[in-house]
Amino acid sequence: MKIYDVAVVGAGPAGLVAATTTASLGLATIVFDESPSPGGQIYRAVTTTPVRRPELFGQDYSQGAGLVRSFRASGAEYLPATTVWAAARRAEGFDLGISGGRPGTRIGGTFAARALLVASGAIERPLPFPGWTLPGVLTAGAVQGLLKSSALAPSGRVVLAGSGPLLWQVAWQLTNAGVAIDRVLETIPRGRLAEAMRHAPGFMFSTYLARGLELVRTVRRRTSVVEHVAELQARGDGRVEAVRYAVDGEWAEIPADLLVVSHGVVPNVHLPAALGCELEWNADQSAFQPVADAWGGTSAVSVYVAGDVAGIAGARGAEARGRLAALAIANALGRIDVARRDQLAAPAQQALATTLRGRRFLDVLYRPAPAFLRPRGASLVCRCEEVTADSVRDAVRDGAATLHALKAATRCGMGPCQGRSCLGTATEILADELGVDPAVTAPPSIRFPLRPVTLAEFAAWPARVDAEAFVARDEAVL
Amino acid sequence: MFARLPESGAEGVVVAIDDVAFEARAGDTVAAALLASGRASSRTSPVSGAARGPFCLMGVCFDCMVTIDGVPNQRACMVAIAAGMRITTQRGAPMPGEGVA
Repeated sequence: MKIYDVAVVGAGPAGLVAATTTASLGLATIVFDESPSPGGQIYRAVTTTPVRRPELFGQDYSQGAGLVRSFRASGAEYLPATTVWAAARRAEGFDLGISGGRPGTRIGGTFAARALLVASGAIERPLPFPGWTLPGVLTAGAVQGLLKSSALAPSGRVVLAGSGPLLWQVAWQLTNAGVAIDRVLETIPRGRLAEAMRHAPGFMFSTYLARGLELVRTVRRRTSVVEHVAELQARGDGRVEAVRYAVDGEWAEIPADLLVVSHGVVPNVHLPAALGCELEWNADQSAFQPVADAWGGTSAVSVYVAGDVAGIAGARGAEARGRLAALAIANALGRIDVARRDQLAAPAQQALATTLRGRRFLDVLYRPAPAFLRPRGASLVCRCEEVTADSVRDAVRDGAATLHALKAATRCGMGPCQGRSCLGTATEILADELGVDPAVTAPPSIRFPLRPVTLAEFAAWPARVDAEAFVARDEAVL
Repeated sequence: MFARLPESGAEGVVVAIDDVAFEARAGDTVAAALLASGRASSRTSPVSGAARGPFCLMGVCFDCMVTIDGVPNQRACMVAIAAGMRITTQRGAPMPGEGVA
């Protein structure tokens, strides 16, 4: 059985740059990615988009095509549409349980690698509000993905709600595509801008400043923006039909066929957490992230993280951190010495410093308002098991003082999404009810399998199949 | 709710959604095909029976689960369409083989 030097999980900017780097240094590298084509969420479908005017996505989108070209030329192996659902330590490195293929013709097996780089990116911060499970309520990333991969644009009465760079970017892209947006409901609380301004000096040197301001100005010209929306509700019978919102206690209702929500993104930490990487609370971003050194090395031996899974820093930051982690792995595996590592790392370290300038301003400005982070009432915290905010609060008052106890008491986190949609909110509510900082609450315990798999796959783990046979079958079946 | 950009260059691919033929486009996921067909909802919740539909489209939320070629509970957003694919919206929690003609 072939043992890879490096397994990379995720083919967004961090994973692509990391795999390109390790493969170019002569390390046997394989990349697993859940998407059917490389690019991650930010460069989704960059090589396959049916949109004939990709410039409507902005100049940054084309950056992804260059990353994919270098990756394809690097010699790294690539398995799209596959999930890493399990990992176990072996004498040196890991066995990885892989699942992929089409329903009915699932394929899978066990791959071995000496070092593991997790570049699983970010997920959209799922914030509950009344009606957020209604069909026709979609995340901004979802709508953006439909436009990129399928040239599908929202039609009818379209309302956007939330805050953060992604919300504005999607609004800008949709209007570029000719979509009429009825309203943008921005949820930044009053007073937050003043708080964020304390970090403005750093932001003055941010590469995002000029472009971000221009983008927001353009969207404001094209649509009607309501600021300081403090409460939000989606209403409808079986699907969204209207959006209600309150500003300073005054409610308004507008008809809607589609409600697009975005409250920023948070690290997608399930894999590093299950691998035993220690997690820490990032107070600016209100989310757990793996504890990592400047090279992406985690508390778990031979496990590295790069890109937004290591804390949100955007696509350019992901590229830099992918490069740094790759160089650290090459050094750890004896491929390059420390002097060579440091020499090769210098440009990426510089790029990372540049891209992180002003990050705090954005983090503070766009941190969701407490009423959204810590919901009350009948809002469904856990979408899968339909556990309300009040029942989570009641369970804490009844003595459930950890996420684990909350799960046992309410089933919050026990559905098919395995807590991805609710554990962040459950952490906030837990901290709120206990009157403590989320940083002192225990992070979620995540266990394999990371995705629902068939009993056959589970029973066969860890099955040592020949990796090359898997790739051949992969081409035949996918 | 969603409409194809007029300049989309992808070719048509015919699938069956709840036994009705629908022309999706190459490159669509099953979820994209469902939304393009005008369906906001793709299943009902096994807990309350409430309608659910695609939400995150990146494999996180599992709200877009449908039955594909007889296999239930597949994330529609993570599966690429193929010609002749049979897509069935779900009610509650189906068992394997349920809803297969």
